[in-house]
Amino acid sequence: MNDKNRITFGLIVFIAIVTFPFWYNLGKASSAPELKLSEKAKAAKECVKPKEIMRQEHMQILDLWRDTVVRDANRAYKSGSGKTFGMSLSSGEESCLGCHESKTEFCDKCHNYASVAPYCWTCHIAPEEKKPEENKPEENK
Amino acid sequence: MENSNRRSFLKVAGITALGLGTKPVLDVFAASGGKAEEPKPEVYKNEKALIAKRWGMVIDTRKFHSKEDLEPMIEACHKTHNVPNLTEPRHKIMWLWEDEYKHVFTHMEHELINDRIKHLPFLVLCNHCEKPGCVRACPTKATFKRDDGIVLMDFHRCIGCRFCMAACPYGSRSFNFRDPRPFIKEENKEFPTRMKGVVEKCNFCAERLAVGKMPACVEASNGAMVVGDLEDPESEVRELLRSNYTIRRKPDLGAGPSVYYIV
Repeated sequence: MNDKNRITFGLIVFIAIVTFPFWYNLGKASSAPELKLSEKAKAAKECVKPKEIMRQEHMQILDLWRDTVVRDANRAYKSGSGKTFGMSLSSGEESCLGCHESKTEFCDKCHNYASVAPYCWTCHIAPEEKKPEENKPEENK
Repeated sequence: MENSNRRSFLKVAGITALGLGTKPVLDVFAASGGKAEEPKPEVYKNEKALIAKRWGMVIDTRKFHSKEDLEPMIEACHKTHNVPNLTEPRHKIMWLWEDEYKHVFTHMEHELINDRIKHLPFLVLCNHCEKPGCVRACPTKATFKRDDGIVLMDFHRCIGCRFCMAACPYGSRSFNFRDPRPFIKEENKEFPTRMKGVVEKCNFCAERLAVGKMPACVEASNGAMVVGDLEDPESEVRELLRSNYTIRRKPDLGAGPSVYYIV
């Protein structure tokens, strides 16, 4: 046990390195993003399914819809409460993005926070975002 | 007396506990039976959707004289489906394009064929075969034949192996060797684009038929292209097939193409 000091020092360094990510990020955790619904979505009040189910299962629903539309050519959906929807991600007024108009607000906010990167938008075309702040300087020109 | 008191107390306590324990269970039963449930969600077709048992097309080549006559149809198709305009021949994406007789009807070509046919440009597209080779070749079932005869692609599932391209005897399929987005002049927001590494081809405007519209090329053709139900003897395509001599591309291969040409 002649190396007691060296071992203790080594242990301290080891623990310090292993726990580095924890204390380095201490207190820096970003808060969960708050979802801002578009005016249109607020006015519509109800979605395809209740809010809680949509939050948890929208990816399964989209996957199922994709097969229903492409393979069975069924493109209309009537929810339990009798409301009709177009089974499409981004085409038409009755599609998902037809109501939730902003991709950055509605999709990206949570996906970025949860660090998931679905590749819907490599093919599907998101509706144009309305950015009033960016439009102003252009008007002045 | 002490004993009997304790005994009766325990009896009452036991029964009470049992009663309290069954309440949640009874509640569940009461809820499932008593309350009226919401109707289940339904999926269905648009009531305007055009439906056929087997879709087919007749192209009247007598109405075309030059390449310029075919441009409007090709442009309408490619605009509707966000087909990129790539000039490099190996990278070209084509849903509907033109070619000459000797390439289109390879099995019927001979050197003394009349001048009109020899120099006439023909419109070519996916033939939506009855027995499509591409569907058999596809390892992921990304390409499939619908019950109404339309051979479709599920771009989501395509892994870009290009077996279907090798299997198609008509060269109707194109591969995205590079990201097509920068080469699309005007994006049609109602239809997705494709991504790099995906095969694509004519989809018989399935998305337009579903909302009661005729295919884009047919709309732009001034009646030179007609689509309809091949299994309905009263349909316009059957009437055209009855009253005109028509040919199909490479019928001896047995794929059963559904596109007919009046020559």
